[in-house]
Amino acid sequence: MSSADQTAAITLESVPALNRMFRFQWEKAQDCYVLLYPEGMVKLNGPAGEVLALVDGRRTVADIILTLQAKFPDAEGIDRDILDFLGDAREQLWISL
Amino acid sequence: MSNSGSACNGQPSQAPSLSNLPGHGQPLWLLAELTYKCPLQCPYCANPVDFASKTGELSTAEWIDVFTQARELGAAQLGFSGGEPLVRQDLIELIREARNLGYYSNLITSGVGLNERKIADFREAGLDHIQVSFQAADPEVNNLLAGSEKAFKQKLAMAREVKAQGYPMVLNFVTHRHNVDQIDRIIELCVELKADYVELATCQYYGWAYENRNDLLPTRAQLERAERITNEYRDRLAAEGNPIKIIFVTPDYYEERPKGCMNGWGQVFLTVTPDGTALPCHSARMLPIEFPNVREQSIEAIWNQSNGFNHFRGYEWMKEPCASCDEKEKDFGGCRCQAFMMTGDANNTDPVCSKSPNHGMIIQAREEAELPSHKEPIYRNERNSKVFCKG
Repeated sequence: MSSADQTAAITLESVPALNRMFRFQWEKAQDCYVLLYPEGMVKLNGPAGEVLALVDGRRTVADIILTLQAKFPDAEGIDRDILDFLGDAREQLWISL
Repeated sequence: MSNSGSACNGQPSQAPSLSNLPGHGQPLWLLAELTYKCPLQCPYCANPVDFASKTGELSTAEWIDVFTQARELGAAQLGFSGGEPLVRQDLIELIREARNLGYYSNLITSGVGLNERKIADFREAGLDHIQVSFQAADPEVNNLLAGSEKAFKQKLAMAREVKAQGYPMVLNFVTHRHNVDQIDRIIELCVELKADYVELATCQYYGWAYENRNDLLPTRAQLERAERITNEYRDRLAAEGNPIKIIFVTPDYYEERPKGCMNGWGQVFLTVTPDGTALPCHSARMLPIEFPNVREQSIEAIWNQSNGFNHFRGYEWMKEPCASCDEKEKDFGGCRCQAFMMTGDANNTDPVCSKSPNHGMIIQAREEAELPSHKEPIYRNERNSKVFCKG
């Protein structure tokens, strides 16, 4: 991975995938989605969990936005929030795009 | 297991913190010490020095029952440790069951006894992560410390295989006065092995390491140099776009405030020893406290009700200077094992704290590190352990 990859613009055609360092799952005891990695755990807030639940290495960013817009029709500016979150998630090395 | 003190040594910043919740947290981290048997003899091993007297390992069914119960209470991370966990013939069965239960499973191994086939079989069974511990980047120092001629070559081959088979690559180097000056070579080796995450953890002084402290504690100058070199590598690698993460853990002997050991007693960590004793940290067995056993009580009763786990929860047990200290909620008075080993009273302030009346003992250890001559280490093996059993 080069530093250029980490800052390149995210397009609607990009296909995000979880990095192999992480496992994503629902944790009943935490009542939230989490990312598990060697000897650690990130607890995800509601919106972050909703987005990562759709990151599967097949769906495009556009697919993810459409799915979440349909699920949360009242949420304004959701596309911007999703793009921002995917950028943050890439910076944290949770996902590749 | 290696004395990296996964628990004590501070984890990545995202490590869960439950200290703000009332009462106590969930046992998110289950460390399963499957056996005390080990082909190596590392003089900094965190196992109890009298391990040879502990017999009667838990059966496969008993371990699976422990995993099931702990998962119900919220455990998400499971560490297979020891001794050398590969010695257990049922390891693959335990891995498979851990995966079925939804654990993220970590195999903490010396790599001795591992091979390509096992790495693939473990992957297939659902193992998430293999941590191969190294003693140094130099085969001679590595072999000397591990008490084995072939150890280094084998570890290197296994680390490469772990990466090749798609596991995350986390390397753990236990550093001390004999290898900390090779920190540049250690980092180079990690880069060459394409590690995702490197923990350069200064040896902590428990178990065998406490007995051998005089031979292991680096000087302040050694540490400062190692930290400076590590920072230089970090900057250079980041500039090259290398995503490797390097964590440098400073030993508490060179701090003026103690570590918030285990994120608080009985808050996050649950260790189960080979014979089923449940501990709030893997060193706690040394304390003059009766700890519960999974053969006699449920994990729920152990975690929530046992005297052993409630012993140092909260702040009532504290003595001065901790009791009136405004930092007590940050460091919980430091490490109970260290307080006990050094002062004979586990309720005392950890001597690492400069407010402790016993802080002079830490200063003395630092001064001894500056002296030219050092004791020969006592190697961690069955024969030497029996000497400790006789006491």
